[in-house]
Amino acid sequence: MIDRLQFLWPEIILFITTCVVMVIGLSKTYLRRKATALIAGAGIALATVWAATRSPDAESVTAAAGQLLLPHMVAYAKTLIGIVGLMLLLLMAGTVDREEEAQIAAGRRSFDPLRSNRAEFYAFYLFSLTGLMLCADADDLIWLFLALELTSLPTYIMVAISTAQTRGREAGVKYFFLGALGAATFLYGFALIYGATGSTNLNTIASHFRTDGISPLAMAGLLLSLLGVSFKIAAVPMHFYTPDVYEGAAPQVSAFLAFVPKTAGFISILLLCAVAGWAYLPAGQAGSLTTVKAAPGGTQLPELMRLMLWVMAALTMTVGNVLAVLQTSVKRLLAYSSVAHSGYMLVGVVAGPGGPADQGFTSNGVSAVLFYLLCYGVMNVGCFAVLAALERSPGRDGNFRETETLADLRGLCTTHPALGWSMVICSLSLLGMPPLLGFFGKLPLFTAGIRAGELPLVVILGLNSAIAAYYYLRMAFAPFLETPDASAEPVIASPFRVRQLAAVVSAGGVVLLAILGNSLMEECRKAGEVRAGIPFVTGGKAEHASAAAD
Amino acid sequence: MMLFSLILAPLASAFLVALGPAAMARRTALAGTAVTFFAACAALYLFNWSAPGYQFEQSLPWLQQVGINLSVGVDSVAMMLIALTALLGPICVQSSKTAITDRVKTYYSWLLVLQAAMTGVFASRDLILFYICFEFTLAPMFVLISLYGSTNRRKAAIKFFLYTFTGSVIALAGFVYVAWFSSRLTPGIVNAADPSLLHEFPQLGKWTFDLATLEQAARLMSPAKQGWVLLALLAGFAVKVPLFPVHTWLPLAHTEAPTAGSVILAGVLLKLGTYAIYRFALPFCPVAIYEHAPLISVLCIVGILYGGLICWVQTDVKKLVAYSSVAHLGFCILGMMALNNTGISGSILYMINHGLSTGALFLLIGMIYERYHTRSMKELGGIAAKMPIWATFMVFFTMASVGLPGLNGFVSEFLCILGAFQASSAWGSPTATLPNGLPNAGLWGSAGAAHPGSTLGSLGPWFAAVAGIGMIVAAIYLLYMVGKVVWGPLVEPHGHDSHGGHGGHGESESHSVLPTDLCAREIGVLVPLAVLCVALGVYPKPALDALSGPVSDTVRVVQTARSNATIPADSVKEAAR
Repeated sequence: MIDRLQFLWPEIILFITTCVVMVIGLSKTYLRRKATALIAGAGIALATVWAATRSPDAESVTAAAGQLLLPHMVAYAKTLIGIVGLMLLLLMAGTVDREEEAQIAAGRRSFDPLRSNRAEFYAFYLFSLTGLMLCADADDLIWLFLALELTSLPTYIMVAISTAQTRGREAGVKYFFLGALGAATFLYGFALIYGATGSTNLNTIASHFRTDGISPLAMAGLLLSLLGVSFKIAAVPMHFYTPDVYEGAAPQVSAFLAFVPKTAGFISILLLCAVAGWAYLPAGQAGSLTTVKAAPGGTQLPELMRLMLWVMAALTMTVGNVLAVLQTSVKRLLAYSSVAHSGYMLVGVVAGPGGPADQGFTSNGVSAVLFYLLCYGVMNVGCFAVLAALERSPGRDGNFRETETLADLRGLCTTHPALGWSMVICSLSLLGMPPLLGFFGKLPLFTAGIRAGELPLVVILGLNSAIAAYYYLRMAFAPFLETPDASAEPVIASPFRVRQLAAVVSAGGVVLLAILGNSLMEECRKAGEVRAGIPFVTGGKAEHASAAAD
Repeated sequence: MMLFSLILAPLASAFLVALGPAAMARRTALAGTAVTFFAACAALYLFNWSAPGYQFEQSLPWLQQVGINLSVGVDSVAMMLIALTALLGPICVQSSKTAITDRVKTYYSWLLVLQAAMTGVFASRDLILFYICFEFTLAPMFVLISLYGSTNRRKAAIKFFLYTFTGSVIALAGFVYVAWFSSRLTPGIVNAADPSLLHEFPQLGKWTFDLATLEQAARLMSPAKQGWVLLALLAGFAVKVPLFPVHTWLPLAHTEAPTAGSVILAGVLLKLGTYAIYRFALPFCPVAIYEHAPLISVLCIVGILYGGLICWVQTDVKKLVAYSSVAHLGFCILGMMALNNTGISGSILYMINHGLSTGALFLLIGMIYERYHTRSMKELGGIAAKMPIWATFMVFFTMASVGLPGLNGFVSEFLCILGAFQASSAWGSPTATLPNGLPNAGLWGSAGAAHPGSTLGSLGPWFAAVAGIGMIVAAIYLLYMVGKVVWGPLVEPHGHDSHGGHGGHGESESHSVLPTDLCAREIGVLVPLAVLCVALGVYPKPALDALSGPVSDTVRVVQTARSNATIPADSVKEAAR
């Protein structure tokens, strides 16, 4: 158990920060309350640096502690979560308690801890990030379930309290019920896997599958788990909540939803696929052309799982993009685009890590997924940050209204140049326009997909990028090419300037990471290495099992 | 460094224009394009025209995890197209002086970015770098059309973007497939398949997008695989050319684009497609292209005739010239599909010539439009009476476009058709199939002097004959247009002040600076193009000689692959496993 702790320092740091934030946020002094965000930021930064520099060497991971399937992923995933988490934190400024604080500052009311949401909001934020980091550590189904729930439960409340409008609460409730359905589904799947293998430990399950093959019961469990987890990544058929929830929540919380649960979902899917297939790779076999088949089966997943992921990927991309074309609300548009991007990433999952001869970044679908998560995180935060950094002056009810439609973005490059150009750059990057980051995110998905012999899926991916071009173009060029309606009420910059900073940081990241991405890709290549052949299984049975798995 | 500076100079000027004051925008842009032009002249001078192969090669490491490097290098084909791009740069800036008065900074900076991207396309020796530049041309063109175009501009811009974007993502899939195929090869396999290939292949499973490596690797694909790759590449490039069924974006984009946009579109952007077919489709899938050449040629010929017939019924002058591009580029690809020296040389020369003459026609139409605010042939007529200089240039460039012997259009069109004529196995005397054996004599150098009926190929006289009808149709519609607009009784748009000394529109004060006939600036824009038209028409030998090296290399690749095609290359690979 002590061995285990060395992996968990980033989570422990985050948890301690959470406790501090919860208390400080209820302080009577405004300055101290205000410091909660800073403390949260410091905690995340510390955890990120710790994860990046002090994570234990993945080679030394033992079965007793740490997950063995994707050992290199842990440090990368936690660093990625920390960095995007910090960017998201910039957006969260002023999300809750805005009127409350204004009234206290005006002396119309004294501070009432019962009416303040600040402490809870930041605490939930940190809890969710903690859960997300814990997902990457998961070596046990129970652990995975708890981590996924720790990621999700706070988000339900964050959605509900993020805006003063009633639709925020409606979105929260909707999200909660459908989320519970998703959780129930994968929990049922986990139960079936346990029933079939007699263990909840992922390493043991993998070794069981490897020696005895996957029984129909276990396969049913795996498929149900994938289906349930696909709620987190908003993949078809579990995507229905996305537009309503994203539209109902404040844009900054929507940005959070587009990254955090999605990353949790993808990490879980990668782990499940590693258990069910990738870990079967015969270890140490020399890379000759015959050992890796380019045909189906080259993906090293059981055929049923491959089929399910394949269909899910194709449908998710297409449904997301086609429905996004029809939207006029930017938030709904980004919601459907978030669905579509999950579909792109599923192509990397279908492609899988490849054989021993394919350990380059370009061949490895897992690396491609991990890299795309970062790309998507950065560029998506940028788009939502622009929305969050703009608002309209308060209406009659005194609430600050959000900017929402494409028409609101018109002429932004002239009125708010920094925000306008961030929107242009981030949307073009989401489109996949070279030489921006989005293109370099998609390229490994292309290469890995073709490496795995999934040509039709890659062509569907390409065609979907073209469909997506239509709506991203509208989003990119509304700020730049169009002029605002003279009759419309002008949008104003939100007083929380850090939100603008987040937008500019994202746009800069989109440009710079594309130019300087080589070392990052090296990290992703390492992170995507699947431990081939679980080491504590010995004997000649392994080859037999790997044949059966194909 | 030479090529990087040709790319970076316009890019840097674009930033200067964007950051500088609006009043200085045009002059800064002019200076930027002029510097680029002189740099290109220096490159032309330093380029060794007699040597085949790539020059000015340079490679900087970039995303090596993916196998992408910033590799550049040019052969004589690319060098000529870069020179054309650099020449059109200052011309476009100068021609926009009075046409663009609103948001000038945006206009000129995107124009410069576009020039950098186009130069990058021709200079790349890395597949992904090529693709990045190729795709990135879309954004500036989209902006130019949708901000500065005429009434229907938004629709035109979106159609242009979506057509070309959709095509090129599929082409990207083809590229990636070729790169994947190459990553499965090891030096042993390659040498077993074709001992003549000496290029170093990286280790198994290591990806590269280096063009020199991929060209050699791609040839080892089986004909069936080559066919699929060819289909993917054509999906991207045929749209750009544009070939017949996927051409519908072009007339709209051309008609709606501002003058300089049309000039660049006709002059260079369409050549990105033809150049890419020459650069990638031919060496990557030689066997497949040999097999499918007749099919592609049929599309070309349909484009030639269909485009011509549509031109005939146009009343909008600009749309007429736009559709004539569809027909002209049909000739260009037809020549390329002949897969012999004559045809491919003609095809490449056609790229340059079409850029010069059609570019000039768009400039001339732009000048008329600035004065009369109409492009309708019903409202214009007998302009020669009022604008003799304009009329002279109009007739001159129309003749160049029709293919009057002595002007540039004739040479390339004739070579394309001759190439198609010769490219038939039915001639039965393939003595001079190997390009090395071609006699080097005649006014036009080696290309034009091949013995008639002497090359292998799957086209033949019928293709040439039907395409020839297209030449007649082209003569009809262009001369009809000239006859209507330039000669005949003077017709001016209703409401136009026919007695005023200025050519401005009745209500529009801003254009009153323009004199009735062309001003010195406008003449200065047209003269270089006219000089080149005459030069390339009277004495094309230097250009054709310079092209002969790379072209005969390409022809050799295709013909060798075809003659080896009876032994599927994949079987060699299987044996090597």
